[in-house]
Amino acid sequence: MNLRTLSPERLLYLDLKCEVEDFLFAEAELLDERRYDDWLALFTDDVRYWMPLRLNVRWQDRDADTSGEDETGWTDDDKETLTKRVRQIQTGLHWAEEPVSRVSHVVSNVRIAEPMITLEEGHTMTVKSHFIVYRNRLETETDLLVGRRDDRLRRTGGQLRIANRKILIEQSVLMAKNLTVFL
Amino acid sequence: MVSVKDLVGTMDGKISREIFVDKDLYEREKERVFARAWLYVGHESQVKKPGDFFVSRMGEESVILTRDNAGKIRVFLNTCRHRGMRVCRYDQGNTKAFYCPYHGWSYGLDGKLTHVQAYEASYTPPFPKDEWALVEVPKLANLQGTIWANWDSAAPTFEDYLGDALAGLDSGLRAWDGSDHGVELLGPPQKWIVPSNWKFVSENFSGDVLHGVSHRSVEMVGIGPGASKSRRDSPGERILTTFPGGHGFYYGVMPIDQPRSDYAAAPAVAAYFQDCWQRRVQRMGPSAGVMPTLGTVFPNMSFHAQQPRTILVSHPRGPNETEMWRVYFVDKAAPPEVRTWLRRYYMRYSGPGGLTEQDDMENWTYASEASRGTIARRHAYNYMSGLNTGGVSDPVIPGMVTREPLTSEQNPRMLYRRWAEFMDAESWSALQP
Repeated sequence: MNLRTLSPERLLYLDLKCEVEDFLFAEAELLDERRYDDWLALFTDDVRYWMPLRLNVRWQDRDADTSGEDETGWTDDDKETLTKRVRQIQTGLHWAEEPVSRVSHVVSNVRIAEPMITLEEGHTMTVKSHFIVYRNRLETETDLLVGRRDDRLRRTGGQLRIANRKILIEQSVLMAKNLTVFL
Repeated sequence: MVSVKDLVGTMDGKISREIFVDKDLYEREKERVFARAWLYVGHESQVKKPGDFFVSRMGEESVILTRDNAGKIRVFLNTCRHRGMRVCRYDQGNTKAFYCPYHGWSYGLDGKLTHVQAYEASYTPPFPKDEWALVEVPKLANLQGTIWANWDSAAPTFEDYLGDALAGLDSGLRAWDGSDHGVELLGPPQKWIVPSNWKFVSENFSGDVLHGVSHRSVEMVGIGPGASKSRRDSPGERILTTFPGGHGFYYGVMPIDQPRSDYAAAPAVAAYFQDCWQRRVQRMGPSAGVMPTLGTVFPNMSFHAQQPRTILVSHPRGPNETEMWRVYFVDKAAPPEVRTWLRRYYMRYSGPGGLTEQDDMENWTYASEASRGTIARRHAYNYMSGLNTGGVSDPVIPGMVTREPLTSEQNPRMLYRRWAEFMDAESWSALQP
C-alpha cells in the first residue's frame, strides 16, 4: 500500500486523527511543563470537566459503575473553577502542590469514537483516550493514576478545543491523597 | 500497660507524639475506642426500602447497613461465620439475602443463617443455626436520618453519649429552614486514603481555629459562595464549644434582625436560602441564627453544617493511614438548580479534589510523617493556646464556650482528654458521663 492507493476519505480521516493526537499530546506536554495558562486556553468557555466516582456493582449493573451526573463525583468543574485551580497553584501557597509535584502524562489509545473524517468549524466530535499519569512529590510520595477520558472536541476559530471532558479513574477508593494533578 | 493519661497533658497543654505513631497504642485504640464508642455508619436515605444495603465501616472493619423485611434498620459485621469471607462485596444496592461466595452460606436481611451446604447430611447432630447468624451491632441510633452504631452493649444511649452536644448536632443535620423536612445525600461517599493518623483529622474539624494559614491560597482565589473572595460566607460571630464527651463544635451566631447576603454568587441559591432563612426565623425565633459551622463527634465523625454541608468519617487503617469517607447533603426540598450549584460548590471545597481540603491533607500527612522519628517522638506537641482562658458556660451555646478572639485549642485538648479516658478505662462503667 502506498499513499496513492489511499482513498481521499481515508486521507482525510488520517489527517483528522493526526490532528487530534497532536492536540492531546501537546496538551499533556503543557501540563507536565506546568504551562497552566496555555493549558486553560485549550478549553471552551462552556466546558464541563468532571470525574465521577467508581462503584463496585453487580455484573448485571456493570454499566452503572460510576456515580451519576447529578451526584457526588471527585470533581465537577467549569472554566471558572478550572481557572481557580490553576490560580491556586500559582499563589505559591497551595501546600498540596508547593513545592510542585513532578508529573508525566502518558496519553494513549486515542480514538475518534464516531464515523467522522472532517470536523467543521463550530462542530464537535467524541474522542476517547487513556492516560497513565505518574506523580512524584517531595522525596518519595508517588501516585499512579490510570484511567480513561471521553472528550468532546469542538473546532473554534479553526482550532480544536475541549468542550467536555469526562474522566474515569480506575479506582473506587482513591489511593492518592488528593487530586491536585490535572488529568 | 502504659497509662495513656501521662501522654496527654491536657492541663499543661503538652501532648506526646507517641499517640499519633505508636503501634501498641493503635492496637489498644481498636479495642478501647472503636469497639466501644458510637460510630457513624450511614444515612437512612441510603436504605429506604427493605433489602437496600450500604457497605460501611466501623473502625477497620467492614459492616453492612441494611433494612430488613419488617422495615427495621440493622448493621452487621460483613463476614461469613463459616470462614470469614465478606458476604456483601458491592458498595450499595438491593438484595434478598447476603450470600457467601466461598462455601455458600446464606443469611437473611435479619442476619439469620438460612442456608448451609449439606446441612442435613453432614452436620450430625445439626448445629443450631440461630447461633450462627451474622454478627449484629447491638446498639443503633438515628439522629435526623444519620445512623449510628455501637458494639458495646454496656454503652450509654447515643443521646447520653452526646450529652449537651445533642442539640447542636441535631440542628446541624436538619434542613436549612430548621424543619423536619429532612436532608438527603448527594450520592455515594468519596473514599480515599491519606497517609496520616486519624486523630489529626478529628482534631482539625473539632475546632482547630489556628490553621487558617493552611487555607491562605483558597482564600486568595475564592471558591465562590459569596460576592467577595474567600471560601465560605461568614457564619456570624464565631464561637467555640466543647463537651466532656470529647465532642468539639465551632458555631456561627447570626443576629436574626439583619439581612443576610449568603450565596451572593448564585442568585437561585441565594433566593432559596433567603426563603429558608425567613421560615427558620419564624419557626425558631432568636435561636434561628445559632448553628454549628463544623464539628467532630468523638471519635471520628466530623461534619460541616453550613458551607459546605457534609459528613466525614476518618476510618483508621493503622497508626499512619486513614481512609476518609465523605458524603455531602442538601435539603430534600431543594430545587434542582440549587442542588446542582451546591453539589459543585461542595466538591470544589472538600474531598481529594477540594481546593480547601487538599491543603489540610498535605499538612496531616507530613505532620504524621515527621512525628515518627526516634528523636522527634521525645518532644511533645504544644496545645497550650488558650490554656488559662478557655471554656465557660454561656447563655446561648451549650458546652464550655470560648468567644472571640478565637485562638483557643480547648477543643482538641478536650478531644484528647476523652481519648485518654477511653484508652485507660477497662469498661464503660469507668467512662460514664
